[in-house]
Amino acid sequence: MKITVNVWRQKGAQASGRLVKYQVDHVSPDMSFLEMLDILNQQLIAKNEEPVAFDHDCREGICGSCGVMINGLAHGGRLATTTCQLHMRSFKDGDVITVEPWRAKAFPVLKDLIVDRGAFDRIIQSGGYISAATGSAPEANSTPIPKENADLAFDAAQCIGCGACVAACPNASAMLFTAAKVSHLGLLPQGQPERKSRVFNMVATMDAAGFGGCTNIGECSAACPKEIGLHFIGRLNRDLLSATLSGGTTAD
Amino acid sequence: MTIETKPQVDTRKPVEYTDARLNANVPAGPIEQKWSKHKFEMKLVNPANRRKHTIIVVGTGLAGGAAAATLGEQGYNVKAFCYQDSARRAHSIAAQGGINAAKNYRNDGDSVQRLFYDTIKGGDFRAREANVHRLAELSVNIIDQCVSQGVPFAREYAGYLDNRSFGGAQVSRTFYARGQTGQQLLLGAYSALSRQVAAGTVELNERTEMLDIIIIDGRARGIVTRDMVTGEIESHLGDAVILATGGYSNVYYLSTNAMGCNITAAWRAHKRGAFFANPCYTQIHPTCIPVSGDHQSKLTLMSESLRNDGRVWVPKKAADTRTPDTIPEDERDYFLERRYPSYGNLAPRDIASRAAKIVCDEGLGVGPGGLGVYLDFSAAMKRLGENTVRARYGNLFDMYERITGENPYKIPMRIYPAVHYTMGGLWVDYNLMSTIPGMFVGGEANFSDHGANRLGASALMQGLADGYFVLPSTIGNYIATGGYSTIDPSHPAVTEAVGAVKERIQQFLSINGTRSVDSFHRELGNIMWEYCGMSRTEEGLKKALTLLPALREQFWSDVRVLGSGTELNQELEKAGRVADFIELGELMVRDALERAESCGGHFREESQTEEGEALRNDDEYCYVAAWEHFGTPSQAVLHREQLQFESIKLATRSYK
Ligand SMILES: Cc1cc2nc3c(=O)[nH]c(=O)nc-3n(C[C@H](O)[C@H](O)[C@H](O)COP(=O)(O)OP(=O)(O)OC[C@H]3O[C@@H](n4cnc5c(N)ncnc54)[C@H](O)[C@@H]3O)c2cc1C
Ligand code: SF4
Ligand code: FES
Repeated sequence: MKITVNVWRQKGAQASGRLVKYQVDHVSPDMSFLEMLDILNQQLIAKNEEPVAFDHDCREGICGSCGVMINGLAHGGRLATTTCQLHMRSFKDGDVITVEPWRAKAFPVLKDLIVDRGAFDRIIQSGGYISAATGSAPEANSTPIPKENADLAFDAAQCIGCGACVAACPNASAMLFTAAKVSHLGLLPQGQPERKSRVFNMVATMDAAGFGGCTNIGECSAACPKEIGLHFIGRLNRDLLSATLSGGTTAD
Repeated sequence: MTIETKPQVDTRKPVEYTDARLNANVPAGPIEQKWSKHKFEMKLVNPANRRKHTIIVVGTGLAGGAAAATLGEQGYNVKAFCYQDSARRAHSIAAQGGINAAKNYRNDGDSVQRLFYDTIKGGDFRAREANVHRLAELSVNIIDQCVSQGVPFAREYAGYLDNRSFGGAQVSRTFYARGQTGQQLLLGAYSALSRQVAAGTVELNERTEMLDIIIIDGRARGIVTRDMVTGEIESHLGDAVILATGGYSNVYYLSTNAMGCNITAAWRAHKRGAFFANPCYTQIHPTCIPVSGDHQSKLTLMSESLRNDGRVWVPKKAADTRTPDTIPEDERDYFLERRYPSYGNLAPRDIASRAAKIVCDEGLGVGPGGLGVYLDFSAAMKRLGENTVRARYGNLFDMYERITGENPYKIPMRIYPAVHYTMGGLWVDYNLMSTIPGMFVGGEANFSDHGANRLGASALMQGLADGYFVLPSTIGNYIATGGYSTIDPSHPAVTEAVGAVKERIQQFLSINGTRSVDSFHRELGNIMWEYCGMSRTEEGLKKALTLLPALREQFWSDVRVLGSGTELNQELEKAGRVADFIELGELMVRDALERAESCGGHFREESQTEEGEALRNDDEYCYVAAWEHFGTPSQAVLHREQLQFESIKLATRSYK
């Protein structure tokens, strides 16, 4: 099939960008969306034009590198699917597709479709861990964890840090991302000692990074390729409230 | 299978190291005591002095991430690097199936000794015993460490950790987190690393690619990097360098590795003096989604754990066009169960892959081009119910459906082998130090623990053993025995290395040829798959040795790299990686030609039993091939580290 793409081209972080129209011929329905962009890039190189820069690595929906707005929808809007997992069989011959980078103040564009998501790492660095020094761990089975808790913690832990939740949110809030990590660790016995300081510090870092506030719209969870549930935001809010009441200290 | 209980001493002629640099430095004493004794004997660095020492860690996967976090915790000044935009995205994230550990929670007869034995045998007796034993010992600590970090492993209803079985083992020792074990383990290491970044002991440099190593007075003292956003070339100096840069399966273009996985860091080190060991040992994974067309950019693995409940078969009749559900039982060939009755569908990877290739070569394959076999869950669904199957493999089934558009709950999956893992890598001694003093290598990037074939769920184990436990101890010992002076950033060796990197980049940009980097990469991949893939012949390998130098020459005269070096330029990044892959390919072929025996993942058609199984030749090839670089790969010189089997008797590997 033939596809027309309007792609955001921006030379660098300081440059201004614009949408440029290209036609891609010989698109097969079995191709992934990124393979379609590969073909576009090969066409551009053949014409001595610079290829489109986009982030990608695993191409199987787990590293969280890829992620673009496709016709205004994060990762293309298909349920539980990253951009690299989206296949061209979701489109038809003659379609016109607009491809843009994530748009959020906290995610500045570096080039074309690539943004800087370093703010996510800073949120994790401010508390998204359990302080367990290597070599000091007790025997793993000495603390049984009820299966339901372990499973729920796993559900939250699946976040791939792609940023679609931020891109989909009208406020560009990072609440779902932060809540996923707060919930994952807060659901496990090992995560209890730092539970309050964790949520307190992570939310403070999130706010300082320029992400917007959460007004419970729910676009984040709908766009999330790992289907991280909104209920985790409720957990974060409960933890935050109790942390704030105790002054953000760990002393329960 | 019987375990050899009585240690039998290897009676062949004593070892002769052809090169003093290939001394493995294995501690003396009984194998069970080597590591604890060595740990006790190693020198320690006073905690107060540690922050004066800078350790450079290239790679933030399981091996590098765990090493950087632990060295940071110990108080060293750590500089960590990765090419992705975040340390959390290293390709370890993609591991699905699980991680082995000899916990024996199932009381099914597992032990450190059995894991050790399985790994040596799985590696077809081409790994160093002492390293493997240490790996088996450390496996139990890894699980404890990960659980304490909050890794949400699968649990039973009673709240205890659950296990599953993996290929090449008859016990249940694989720990897992649904189909995302690597993700959860890596996020554990990443969180430990993040804690150290906050503590100020680790400086993280993302989107930064290592392009050369700096050697001063014979020791590794730093690296040269390119900032992948600004294009700036920088040097970073320190007391020791760890490379944990992953595997090189992408030399085949199509593999299960991420698009950015590369050999560059290791290859640059090889060109500066690090020996490269067993480059031809590659692993072809039996359960991948078959290729769908020329546009294919990578292959997707379906976890081997699927073979716990899925049955592999092809129609008995060639070119059978019936749908799988209409083919009656007696017209199906469950070829793994038939050929390997005791291991059945859980035969090790190299064996299962080759068996699939054989039936496809006979014209019995299914799907486009006949390059596929069925992996069928209908029996498991009858036995366990669809819900249980969904709970065990749901995300893998979804992944399959997304890619192929077919529903595996209704129609059997189609699978075909794909390149997945590289057992070869930089040569290291027992301390994981390469032949360049001060340069250590961990994880998939070294050659150390898997011999000629890696068992499933053992790479995650090795990466974390190296990163959390081995490297932090052995590096301490290296630093403590050193007393190294600070290096002046204007040292001639630094200027030379920085200059060489800049010049190479300029070269890529100035060729201005007609072909894209990808077109060269694809061509390289085709040559490697055809002549140095699942089975290899002298004739084919010799042919590849004429094709590869020609490809290299063409690349350097006709590649087209647009844009400049002072900006984010993905074509430039790829050009550097493909240039190195082409050279590596040639060394792999030479190694495969040199090793005229079959072992593990390396199958030489000339060396097989009457039944078509791999035929090892222990008299001539019971060694590690370690290559030293001179000029071009065709001039590389082979050194041998003789392997000794003292605890486990050399035996024919059988899974019948
Ligand atoms: C799809 C898949 C599934 C797998 N499943 C399993 C499994 O179930 N069980 C199991 O045990 N094993 C599995 N494996 C194997 C296992 O995942 C890997 O061998 C292991 O994770 C490698 O870890 P590593 O730390 O050595 O390297 P990686 O995780 O690949 O990390 C490499 C790091 O090096 C960095 N790097 C590379 N080159 C450079 C450079 N030039 N400059 C700067 N940084 C650089 C990268 O940015 C990255 O941070 C699987 C592998 C694949 C591909
Ligand atoms: S919460 Fe979902 S959308 Fe947001 S970063 Fe994580 S995986 Fe991506
Ligand atoms: S490329 Fe890894 S999630 Fe898409």
